[in-house]
Amino acid sequence: MTINKYEKAWLIFSAVMVVAFLSIIGYFSFVAGLQTPQEAEVIDPLLIGEDARFSQPRVEEVIPGELYNVYMVGRMWSYSPRELQIPRGAYVKFYITSPDVQHGFQVVGTNVQANVIPGYVTVITARFEKPGEYLIVCNEYCGRGHQFMRAKLIVTEDEG
Amino acid sequence: MKFRDDGLIKLGFYISYVAIGLGALFGLLQVLERIPGVTLVSAGTYYLSLTAHGVLMALVFTTFFIMSLATYVVTRELGMNTFSYALNRVSYALVALGTVMAAVPILLGKASVLYTFYPPMKASPLFYIGATVLVIGTWIFGANLLLTVKKWRSAGNARRKLPLGVFGVVATLIIWYIATTGIAIEMLFQLIPWSLGLVERIDPLLARNFFWYFGHPLVYFWLLPAYIVWYTILPRLLNIPIFSDFLARVVFVLFILFSTPVGYHHQFMDPGIEAGWKFLHTTTTFFVFVPSLITAFTVTATMELAARRRGGRGLLGWIGALPWRDPVFASIAFAMILFGFGGATGAVNAGNNLNYVVHNTAWVPGHLHLTVGTAVALTFMGLTYLLLPSLTGKKLHSRKLALAQVYLWFFGMVLFSSAMHYLGILGSPRRTYDVTYGGAQIAQEWGPFLIIAAVGGILLFLSVALFLYNVFRTLTSGVRIESPRPEGTPPLPQGEPGLVDNFKIFAGIALVLVLIAYLIPTANIIALGTPGAPPVEIR
Repeated sequence: MTINKYEKAWLIFSAVMVVAFLSIIGYFSFVAGLQTPQEAEVIDPLLIGEDARFSQPRVEEVIPGELYNVYMVGRMWSYSPRELQIPRGAYVKFYITSPDVQHGFQVVGTNVQANVIPGYVTVITARFEKPGEYLIVCNEYCGRGHQFMRAKLIVTEDEG
Repeated sequence: MKFRDDGLIKLGFYISYVAIGLGALFGLLQVLERIPGVTLVSAGTYYLSLTAHGVLMALVFTTFFIMSLATYVVTRELGMNTFSYALNRVSYALVALGTVMAAVPILLGKASVLYTFYPPMKASPLFYIGATVLVIGTWIFGANLLLTVKKWRSAGNARRKLPLGVFGVVATLIIWYIATTGIAIEMLFQLIPWSLGLVERIDPLLARNFFWYFGHPLVYFWLLPAYIVWYTILPRLLNIPIFSDFLARVVFVLFILFSTPVGYHHQFMDPGIEAGWKFLHTTTTFFVFVPSLITAFTVTATMELAARRRGGRGLLGWIGALPWRDPVFASIAFAMILFGFGGATGAVNAGNNLNYVVHNTAWVPGHLHLTVGTAVALTFMGLTYLLLPSLTGKKLHSRKLALAQVYLWFFGMVLFSSAMHYLGILGSPRRTYDVTYGGAQIAQEWGPFLIIAAVGGILLFLSVALFLYNVFRTLTSGVRIESPRPEGTPPLPQGEPGLVDNFKIFAGIALVLVLIAYLIPTANIIALGTPGAPPVEIR
């Protein structure tokens, strides 16, 4: 089984490239801490109203300017609350669930997104460094009104 | 040379042409509808069309074409009929029946759940049962081909290597059997009983887990037949042996090993799957790039050798000596070039944290139209210009139109796909009827690229129209090929089979890798113990 010398060089190059890519991605995942969403709680999608967090979706100030909890419900075809205000630089912990079908939570123009799956509560943490108005869209098809499903995130100037 | 299965081969190709034609109509509708300010149909019709486009292109066009291509390769390379004509007929009939059963509710708007059919959005039970019948049909189809290989072996070929094309077909079938286990579990234990009302609730995360266990190796079920064409038919077209038969076999074996334990790269944004398991799937996904990188080398080297024999010179000057006016060659070459870009954008999808930027955005359809939509579809269309005359004895209506069709697809896809990738980076979601979001500032930046995507989409539609016109005129014209090229069985490969030819070992390792990648995280999802979700009817 002789392998041509150029092909051998290409194979080595391919292997080095794959290992380099994986090292970079691995570094950012496990050292720099840019991980994928993973935390989940289970919930009965029919009993969301009995959970105090989701019966009144809201932004909850835990440590002013530093830590906020956002309790959010995505349903066909809206997000509540429809508008969120968060000070710049604060840690924001999102708890998102759905009483009906799957939805996608995406803050356009940022790295913040996660899938929202009925029967589960998606838990993700984010920080927003740039003040301004952000569009939140549903990016998982959820029926014929999918295109209407959006919300607004306002990142305010006052830093924590 | 004629074979008993040729009627079925032709039937499969014809059904796939109908599918690509209808699919292209729906595709055209979608790119036009997404131009800001244009309203052609209601949102309900748009999502019906989106479901139909995905199912027709990704499942019906590919499955029928691949079944016929695989039968063609096996009968020609082994020089024999398939094991059982009856089994083969039953398999085609079941796949056709399943397609009709799924198509009826889709076209009636009772299954606008897209080709990923994520529960608890519920389609008509007929849709799930139809999809299952289709898969069962493909199992029988695969069994018939594997029995054919067995029969060939016992006819005095026990110590021979399989011809490369048949080797690729067997690899494709092994991947298909491993992959479809996932969809069978999702259908039989989750979707069908739940859609019939036998159980009240379903775990949507577990369903996603099984769907993507199937959904990613599905892309290699599409891609490997295109590779078989690049590895076997392209060298014959250029009248030259493949650069490295051994490495071609290594490529197929690597796909058997790494095509399935990769599904979580579709679920990076899902809760309930630990980040470590997701990173494991990132790793295996990057491993699966290696066989494609080898292919890029082997096929390009084969082309270069052929070009230099034709008098091509210089570091890159040889490229001009290739037969760019041959539609079959051009289709394969363009398919490969665009697949190179598709592979690169796929590396972005596969990176667990890079995925934040592109998940569920227009980037993803941009990527998959380069891979299945060009590497596979353009290769299949180009191959048609070779196989149709060979199978029917009729002369291709127009080589010029065929060439124009191939170039049109290339340019149309460059426009469509570049625009879609860029829209994704700008944050524009995929699978959405209208992305203006009440005039939101950021959404206004997407407008120009939606228009470029639409221009590309129109060119792609015209390309399919030209393709079908050419096929139709070829079949109806009745102009026979003057002196049909004698189409004998190609010579069998020399030498004893080596380790690489031992499918049992590699299928076994593949199963172990699948268990490592899936057993614990799947058990973890079940252990979370969600009460599950009741069905939500499509309204």
